[in-house]
Amino acid sequence: MSASLTLVVLMAVMYGTGVYVMLEKSLTRILIGFLLVGNATNLLIFMMSGRSGAAPIIDGGTTGADIVDPLPQVLMLTAIVINFGITAFILALIYRSWWLSNLGDEGDDVLADEELDEAIEADAAEQFHANLDDDDEAVRHVLEEGGDADESDEDAPPAEEEPSENERDVMR
Amino acid sequence: MNALVPLLVIIPLVGAAITLILGRYPRLQIAISVSALTAVTAAAAVLLTAVDETSRPIVVKVGGWEPPFGIVLVVDRLSAIMVVVSALMLLGVLIFAVGQGLADRDRDTPVSIFHPTYLILAAGLFGAFIAGDLFNMYVGFEMLLAASYVLLTLGGTGSRIRAGVTYVVVSLVSSLLFLGAIALIYGATGTVTMALLSERMRDLPLDIQMILCAALLVGFAVKAAVFPLSFWLPDSYPTAPAPVTAVFAGLLTKVGVYAVIRTDKLLFFDVPLAVPLLIVGGLTMVIGILGAIAQADVKRLLSFTLVSHIGYMIFGVAIGTELATGATIYYIVHHIMVQTALFLVVGLIERVGHSTSITRLGGLLKKAPFVAILFFLGALNLGGIPPFSGFLGKLGLFEAGAASPSPLVYVMIGAGTVTSLLTLYALMRVWNMAFWRPKEDVEGYESPLMESLQESPEQQNGSATGVATATGTTLSTSKLMVGATTGLVTLTLCLTVFAGPLFDLAQRAAGNVATPSNYVDSVFPKGSSDGTAPKGSSDGTAPEGSSDGTAPGGAP
Repeated sequence: MSASLTLVVLMAVMYGTGVYVMLEKSLTRILIGFLLVGNATNLLIFMMSGRSGAAPIIDGGTTGADIVDPLPQVLMLTAIVINFGITAFILALIYRSWWLSNLGDEGDDVLADEELDEAIEADAAEQFHANLDDDDEAVRHVLEEGGDADESDEDAPPAEEEPSENERDVMR
Repeated sequence: MNALVPLLVIIPLVGAAITLILGRYPRLQIAISVSALTAVTAAAAVLLTAVDETSRPIVVKVGGWEPPFGIVLVVDRLSAIMVVVSALMLLGVLIFAVGQGLADRDRDTPVSIFHPTYLILAAGLFGAFIAGDLFNMYVGFEMLLAASYVLLTLGGTGSRIRAGVTYVVVSLVSSLLFLGAIALIYGATGTVTMALLSERMRDLPLDIQMILCAALLVGFAVKAAVFPLSFWLPDSYPTAPAPVTAVFAGLLTKVGVYAVIRTDKLLFFDVPLAVPLLIVGGLTMVIGILGAIAQADVKRLLSFTLVSHIGYMIFGVAIGTELATGATIYYIVHHIMVQTALFLVVGLIERVGHSTSITRLGGLLKKAPFVAILFFLGALNLGGIPPFSGFLGKLGLFEAGAASPSPLVYVMIGAGTVTSLLTLYALMRVWNMAFWRPKEDVEGYESPLMESLQESPEQQNGSATGVATATGTTLSTSKLMVGATTGLVTLTLCLTVFAGPLFDLAQRAAGNVATPSNYVDSVFPKGSSDGTAPKGSSDGTAPEGSSDGTAPGGAP
């Protein structure tokens, strides 16, 4: 078997950079590293087919000179499909951890909007009762504040339970 | 008979497709996945009896192409045993999961995704067991790994995503190593069919064989959680839902061990591996169990014992005699069952006691006496107390070791005994704290022993808002869950009761594995030596010639 030097060098570079990038903390970089290493492995399989002429599948008849061993290409295709699926999953994982680190578990609830409204109403009512003795001006002022809070809260759900610095690194 | 072999993979896959469509009808999903796994169990049992009678592997040529070029599925005694045991475990855990889903209907286990993923995991598992070539084994691994990624991150809570990231990245690296090793093996020999590889591998120079063997072994060792590569396991398994952890603990690591046995005995029987494997196996045992002793969380503790007991299997593989292989197979079966059952019991404990940390549990013996009995039986079994199968398996391994003595083997037997006792110590401490200790003693319990224990990460971070405690108040156990766990514990006891016949079966399986010619002859009934030799020499591109020529370049 003889392999093209270009392919060997390319593979080595891809393995090297891939492994280097994979060692980073950030998930996105790990994904890029995985893609590089995965494709380097595909290249490795490809090189294993060698040059044309060494095809084991030819059974007399055709001269092997113009046909390449097809098996590694089949293996490669399968590996590419598998890598593709896994890449999609990792992307979902990255999105999910971004979601969690930015919105926290509060971002999950399907009923978030309604519950938020209810919570704000309850809050406002509580304040209202607490300030019942105050003068009308103060009550109106409090109600307005409640309304403002309502709007701003819907725009940007509060990110409570800030993950610690370390956790955020991992999630990113 | 031959038609049954592909069905092992096809039935779960079809089941997965149907359950995916029926996402809105949980009851139908349950019916389909339970019946699919029951059918596979039945088919596997039939195959096992058939293979055991004829003592020749059943070979199925998928698509009708002849072996070196076409895909072959091979069921010999070893793979049949593995398929039967794992199908039984998958069925038991599925029933437990159904019980759990019906008991709480929480969003931590979204049932509509659970069933298809679970069945795909099963299909990948069986595919890896019956694959007749390395690449199909890789595809089987990938199927079960992809399914396990989804199962591990079910619900997508923060802790599961964190654990999932570790698990996914480690598994990816191991898969790429495996794939790279396959590429190198193809480059060196020009085939990936294991039967043909078994023939051609011995034509290669020994050092090339060593490199190929090491490349494959590292990939498998990550999956099997063998010592230097086992760090990921205790961090990722415990965060998943209880039934998922049980399946992972019982089956996923054993696929790695199965692959090690298969490749070691079939492809690399010339490579002298005993010493490195013995050392690695011993370290796996001792360091794993030392980790277990330091844990307060029962799930993490069991994960560490899981790592530790993989060492016994590696020990058995390292000795390499037929006797040792038989004992290893018996031990694998025992360990799959016990570990799965114990993790299910911990699932029950979590529900009854609202925690999995032994610093918080107490008085469970009074509160849930039946769960206590189940845990006690499982713990004694895993710890290797005489009447149980854990003892028998270890005894078999030690006997096999003593039959081929060397100083290192005796050291290993010592390490194995110590590990066994320490396992018992760790599990009995759980028993003392969680079951034996009165509930009132939990508050303000002080002991120098307890202070050194490590909690699981979630409980360290947010003590009150930990997953187990937050959801714990509304959880209940259903009869189905207790029933499934009882069933599995009963199965582990059956391993003891029927130890004689089972051990004989394991020995016969080891006999098959120890004579690769049996396997090769079944795949290539005509050409006794190299299946393609007549063809290759006729058109001038002899495979032997090309394989020799490729050998130096095969390992850049």
